[in-house]
Amino acid sequence: MSEAAMERRLHYLNVSYGVKSWLFTTDHKRIAWLYLLSITFFFFIGGLAATLLRLELLTPQGDLVQAETYNKLFTMHGVMMVFFFLIPSIPAVLGNFLIPMMIGARDLAFPRLNLLSWYLYMSGGLLTIGAAVAGGVDTGWTFYTPYSSIYSNSHVVLTVCGIFINGFSSILTGLNFIVTVHKMRAPGMTWFRLPLFVWSHYATSIIFILGTPVVAIALALVALERIFRLGIFDPALGGDPILFQHLFWFYSHPAVYIMILPGMGVVSEVIACFSRKRIFGYSFVAFASLGIAVLGFLVWGHHMFVSGQSIYAGMIFSLLSMLVAIPSAIKVFNWTATLYKGSISLDAPMLYALGFIGLFTIGGLTGIFLATLAIDIHVHDTYFIVAHFHYIMVGGAVMAYLGGIHFWWPKMTGRLYPEGWARLAAVTIFLGFNLTFFPQFVLGYLGMPRRYHAYPPEFQVLNVMSTAGASILALGYLLPLIYLIWSLRYGRVAGMNPWRATGLEWQTPSPPPTDNFEKTPIVTREPYDYARAEPQSEYAPGEVEHV
Amino acid sequence: MSKSHPRLLHHFDDPEQQLEASQSGMWLFLVTEIMFFGGMFIGYTVYREAYFEVFAHASNHLSVWLGGINTAVLICSSLSMAMAVHSAHQGQRRKIVFYLLLTMVLGTAFLGIKFTEYYHKYGENLIPGLDFAFKEGNAGQAAIFYSFYFGMTGLHALHMIIGLGLLSFLAVQAARGRFSPLYSTPVEMTGLYWHFVDIVWIFLFPLLYLVGRH
Repeated sequence: MSEAAMERRLHYLNVSYGVKSWLFTTDHKRIAWLYLLSITFFFFIGGLAATLLRLELLTPQGDLVQAETYNKLFTMHGVMMVFFFLIPSIPAVLGNFLIPMMIGARDLAFPRLNLLSWYLYMSGGLLTIGAAVAGGVDTGWTFYTPYSSIYSNSHVVLTVCGIFINGFSSILTGLNFIVTVHKMRAPGMTWFRLPLFVWSHYATSIIFILGTPVVAIALALVALERIFRLGIFDPALGGDPILFQHLFWFYSHPAVYIMILPGMGVVSEVIACFSRKRIFGYSFVAFASLGIAVLGFLVWGHHMFVSGQSIYAGMIFSLLSMLVAIPSAIKVFNWTATLYKGSISLDAPMLYALGFIGLFTIGGLTGIFLATLAIDIHVHDTYFIVAHFHYIMVGGAVMAYLGGIHFWWPKMTGRLYPEGWARLAAVTIFLGFNLTFFPQFVLGYLGMPRRYHAYPPEFQVLNVMSTAGASILALGYLLPLIYLIWSLRYGRVAGMNPWRATGLEWQTPSPPPTDNFEKTPIVTREPYDYARAEPQSEYAPGEVEHV
Repeated sequence: MSKSHPRLLHHFDDPEQQLEASQSGMWLFLVTEIMFFGGMFIGYTVYREAYFEVFAHASNHLSVWLGGINTAVLICSSLSMAMAVHSAHQGQRRKIVFYLLLTMVLGTAFLGIKFTEYYHKYGENLIPGLDFAFKEGNAGQAAIFYSFYFGMTGLHALHMIIGLGLLSFLAVQAARGRFSPLYSTPVEMTGLYWHFVDIVWIFLFPLLYLVGRH
């Protein structure tokens, strides 16, 4: 398609102009953009806090910030990254944009609710930033009682309110996705023709709607205890602070799977496309998503091995935690099997996906160390934990998020990003990430505890490595910010399907029209039919086909 | 029903699909509400198990009569809500308005009685954090009971207030003739919500009021 022809065609971006047409839009694709911009904003706020943390840790003495400030900084980093970046990242941006398109629908089931979710998200985010500006919170992102409910003198209530409101954004997004997948599928789009991206978001949504309300009530109880002096967790009355940990982790452990499952969905799409192969063991990968979601609800106690939970509970939680490795491993093996004898091309999304597999595997395997009671007691609350969950959350979720953004960028904008720069950024991020976090495994194993602003001098070399890695990582994150904005104007025009991918979202122009498809597609084949998709001209929607 | 249904939103194929989406969305929302209240119920269960004696004594300070009357009031309000939904299906405009208003009157009565009870507790120094005093056992454990009492019934009352807001909005819409046999989804959805809030009370009443009386 020539550039001039593209200018004339009406699509979701040029159908109306002006701030109001964006702030009051109910188009899922535009709401995805609202999320993309706000999530990027919160990511850089959380990143700023991380930068200060790493600078402080450059030297063993606490010389850059005071201990109290350091506590506020790591709380800020955790709260921003977990609640306002990682949890909404892939679902609210890519899920919002793609789920209706992948199932052949014109929008999510509840478009106005979708917009409300964004407003809730923004209110919660701004409230939390307001709390930080007013003086910050020093409890850590976990808000453990009784410190948070009685002793802390920082802005706990305001921050907790922000997270509470944001929780409803997650709940409504999950609800919207589930109803959409059940009720809005195009004719012929059976459950086993759903792309794995949709399956993983379905599993994520289950966690959203079952887990989020529980953390909401737990945080509400902390706020009530601070405001009205109710005594739910107060040990002075006979209350049990560990009850809070139970309620908190009942959500916050599944929340880890909220962060990783959508990433697994992205990786399934990307691996299949850039290996030009049907995904190996489709139904295993699909059910592994549900398996992870279900098992995820049964493992929260592994956060409390040393909190005073009974040893028998600890043993059972240990065993259950190891079971999560099974569906996770099924996914990793099936992706690897998909690569086998595929015609692999190493475009930027594929680099991110391969990075995801490697880093997620390291993060997952160290998770098994931590699920083992005896080892956990040794490394509990050390940098080993910090490294472990950053391998999952940054090495896994953020890599997948960036891979997904690159993969679907042509669909969202109609433009291609500059491939060379994108590959450079992917490699930079991979190297920077490993240099930042691998030394932390060693630090933790040697006994450096997390959440202190000063440390014994013998840990300095590894800490300097980590800080050096963090600066490379920061550079890696700035690169896409620059070239993706650049590509909006100067990128090559992408066309309908630049990757020759098979998903329904690629069978409509880029950027798509407001209603996504000119007419409702009729689905006649499995999602990863790459054998048929070559060459592209043979693949026309609506063709009858038997597998 | 035809495709030219006046309330059909652009992204649905037909009114049935739209209605089914609303229904399943509402049921899922109620699932999240169960989980939301569930956090408090599980906390309550833990402490009731640990401090049963004190909980039983503390529970005796609640008025079974007022609680019982409130239970009856709430069940009646659920009946009139069901009648409102029925009238909406039938398209009987005046009846919808009547039953919605009746539901609101009953809901308000419930809240009135509830706040009377709160006021009594204030007089008896049974509000945690406000000169709490309890003589018949460990005062700290009794404070935990009353924290749950106010937390759970307060959260329930908040849901009632939100429900009353929804009902008054519906009553205005119904008076303007917005609902017909073809389209009564908002009445139906609010009905589900109202019944849910009712059921929560059905669990709260025995758990809080009847601890020492089983």
